[in-house]
Amino acid sequence: MNFQDIIFYIFAAILVASALGVITARNPVYSALLLVLAFVTCAGLWLLLEAEFLAITLVLVYVGAVMVLFLFVVMMLDINLDQLREGFWRWFPFGAIIALVMVAEIAMVLMGKHFGLEEMPTPEPQAADYSNTKELGRLIYTEYVYAFELAAVLLLVAMVAAIALTLRHREDKKSPNPSRQVKVRKEDRIRVVAMPSEKKE
Amino acid sequence: MNFIPPDFAPASSEIFMLIMVCVVMLADLTAGENRRYVAYLLTQVTLLGCALLTFLSFSTETSQTFSGMYVDDTMADMLKLMVYGTVSAVLIYSHAYISDRGMLKGEFFSLILFATLGMMVMISASHFLTLYIGLELLSLSLYALVALRRDSVMATEAAMKFFVLGALASGFLLYGMSMVYGATGTLQVSQLAQVIQSEASNKEVLVIGLVFIVAGISFKLSAAPFHMWAPDVYQGAPTAVTLFIGSAPKLAAFGFVMRLLVEGLGEMAADWQGMLVILAVMSMAIGNIAAIAQTNIKRMLAYSTISHMGFLLLGFISADANGYSAALFYVIAYVLMTLGTFAMIMLLCRSGFEAENISDFKGLSKRNTWYAFIALLLMLSLAGIPPMIGFYAKLAVLQAVVNAGYVWLAVAAVLFSLIGAFYYLRIIKLMYFDEPETDEPILPNSDVKILLSANGLAILALGIFPQALMGLSLYAIQNSM
Repeated sequence: MNFQDIIFYIFAAILVASALGVITARNPVYSALLLVLAFVTCAGLWLLLEAEFLAITLVLVYVGAVMVLFLFVVMMLDINLDQLREGFWRWFPFGAIIALVMVAEIAMVLMGKHFGLEEMPTPEPQAADYSNTKELGRLIYTEYVYAFELAAVLLLVAMVAAIALTLRHREDKKSPNPSRQVKVRKEDRIRVVAMPSEKKE
Repeated sequence: MNFIPPDFAPASSEIFMLIMVCVVMLADLTAGENRRYVAYLLTQVTLLGCALLTFLSFSTETSQTFSGMYVDDTMADMLKLMVYGTVSAVLIYSHAYISDRGMLKGEFFSLILFATLGMMVMISASHFLTLYIGLELLSLSLYALVALRRDSVMATEAAMKFFVLGALASGFLLYGMSMVYGATGTLQVSQLAQVIQSEASNKEVLVIGLVFIVAGISFKLSAAPFHMWAPDVYQGAPTAVTLFIGSAPKLAAFGFVMRLLVEGLGEMAADWQGMLVILAVMSMAIGNIAAIAQTNIKRMLAYSTISHMGFLLLGFISADANGYSAALFYVIAYVLMTLGTFAMIMLLCRSGFEAENISDFKGLSKRNTWYAFIALLLMLSLAGIPPMIGFYAKLAVLQAVVNAGYVWLAVAAVLFSLIGAFYYLRIIKLMYFDEPETDEPILPNSDVKILLSANGLAILALGIFPQALMGLSLYAIQNSM
C-alpha cells in the first residue's frame, strides 16, 4: 500500500462518515456543515484522480458559495424536526426493507469484479506540464459547445423563474426612485422667497 | 487537436427559438403593462418561424452536428412540427383564461418558449448530456409555470411536489446514465448501440443502469408506480398550465424514449420489454380504476393520462417499427384529445369562477349544443369508441402487442379500457341528461371557437381516415431507424 492509497482510504472513510452524518444529524445546521466536510473530502479524492480544476471548483462553488447560502437559509428557517419526523418510525420497517434490497442489489453489481482494477485499470499519470484546466476549457468550447450553451440557457431559465416567482410590486412600498433623485433640479427643492429685509430696531 | 467548427444549419430552429425567447422577454419589458399582447403575438410569430425553419430544412436524411450531440432526422422534424402546433394551440386556448386571472405576463410566454426549446433539444438529442439538459430545461420551466400563481396555496404545493419528485427522477436517470457510461465508456447514443452489440461491455452493469433509466423515464411519463405527482400537479396548477403539461411534453417524452431506449439501448430490448410490461399493466389498472372515484375533473384527467401512458408503453413493448409507429400515432391522438378536453374546461371557466368539478359539465347540451357535441366527440375518443381517433390509436397499439405475442396483455388492456369507459361516459351523461346548474352563456373568442371546432372535427375525421397519419408515423419511424 503506497502513500496515495493511504490518503484515498482516509478521505473515503471521512467522506462516508460525514455523508452518513448529513442524514442522521438531529440539528440541520450540523447536517449542512457535515455536507461541507463531505464536499471537501470529495475534492480531495478528485485531486488524487488528477482532476485539479474540478476539485478546486467544487470547493470554491459548492463549499464557498452554495453551502454558505444554504447555511443562511437553514439558520433563518425555524425547522421543527419533531414535526418533520412524525410518522417516521411507523414507515421505517417498510422503508428499511426496500432500502436494504436496493443496497444489496447495487452492491452485488458495483462491488467485486465489474469495477475492479482488472476491468478498469488506473489511467496513466500525465506529465508535469499537462494542464487539466486547459484541456477542460478546450473541450467545453469545442466538442461540448452545444451542451455548454444549453447549460447557460438553463441558468437563464432559473433566473427568469426566480424573478417571476419572487418579485412583487407593492403599492404601499416606500423606496427611493434613483432616476427621479438624479433628475431633480434645484427649483424642485429650493424655493427662494423674497422677503423685505428687516431693520434693526 | 484539430477542431472543425460545427454545421449550424440543422439546428437553425433551436437557434432561432433561443434568440426569439430573449426578444420576447425584452419586448415585453419595454411594451409595458397595457400592451401584453405584444408578447403573445411575438410568441406565436416565434412558433411560426420555427415551424418554417424546420419545414424548410426537412429532409429524409439523418444529419448529425455539434460533435454528434445533435441529430436531425425525419422523426425529429415531424415531432418538432407537432410540438410547435401544440404549443401554439395551447396559447390560443389559454389566452382568455390567463388574462382573466392576471397571469398575462411576459414570464408566462418566455417560460413556455423555454420549455418548448427544452422539448426541441430532447427530440433531437443524440448524446446523454443533451438528452438530460433538454429534459431539465423542460422540467425547470414547468416547475416555475406551475408555481406562477404564487398566492394560490394549491399551486404552490403542487409545484413543490412536482419539483421534489422531478428532482428525484432526474437523479435516478443520471445514476442510470452513469452506470451505462461505466459499462460502455461512451455517452453517444449511436456509439452506445455499437458498443453493446460488440459485447465489449458488461451486461450486469448495463442492466442495473437500465433499471434506473426506466424508472426515471416512467417518473417523467407519469406511468405507475411512479405516477403520484400527476394528480396533485394537474389539480393544483392553473388550468392553462395543466393543458400545457398534459400536451406538448408528451410528444417530447416520446422522442426521449425513442432516443434513449430504442436507438441507444435497443440491443437491450429483451431486458426493458419486461420492465415496460409491468409499468404498462400497472398504469392501465391504477389509472382507470382510480379515475372512477374522482369528482375533480382535472384530477380525473390526470388518472386518465396515467392510463393512456400505459397504452403508449404498450406500443414500445413490441420493439419493432410497427409498434413504435403505433406509439407515435397514439401520442399524437392523445395530444389532440388532451388539447380539446382542457380547452373545454377553460371554456366553462369565467373570471372569478373556476370550472374544476365534473358537475360543472351538467346540462352543457342545453347551454350550448355545439360545444356539448365537441365534448361528446372528445369523451368518446378518450374512451376509445369508434369511429374516433382514440379507437384507432388503441387498435394500432393492440395490434402491435398481439403481433409481438403478448395476447394476454392485449386482453388486459381491453378490459381496463372498458373500465375506463365508465368515467368518460359519465361526463356525456351529465352533459345530455342532467339539468344545468347555471345558465351563464359560453362566449369564447372567435379564434378559440374555430380552433376548438377544428380540433373536435379532426378527432372525428382522423378516426374515420387514419391511414394518412398512420402512414406518416410509419414513414417517420422507418426513416429514422
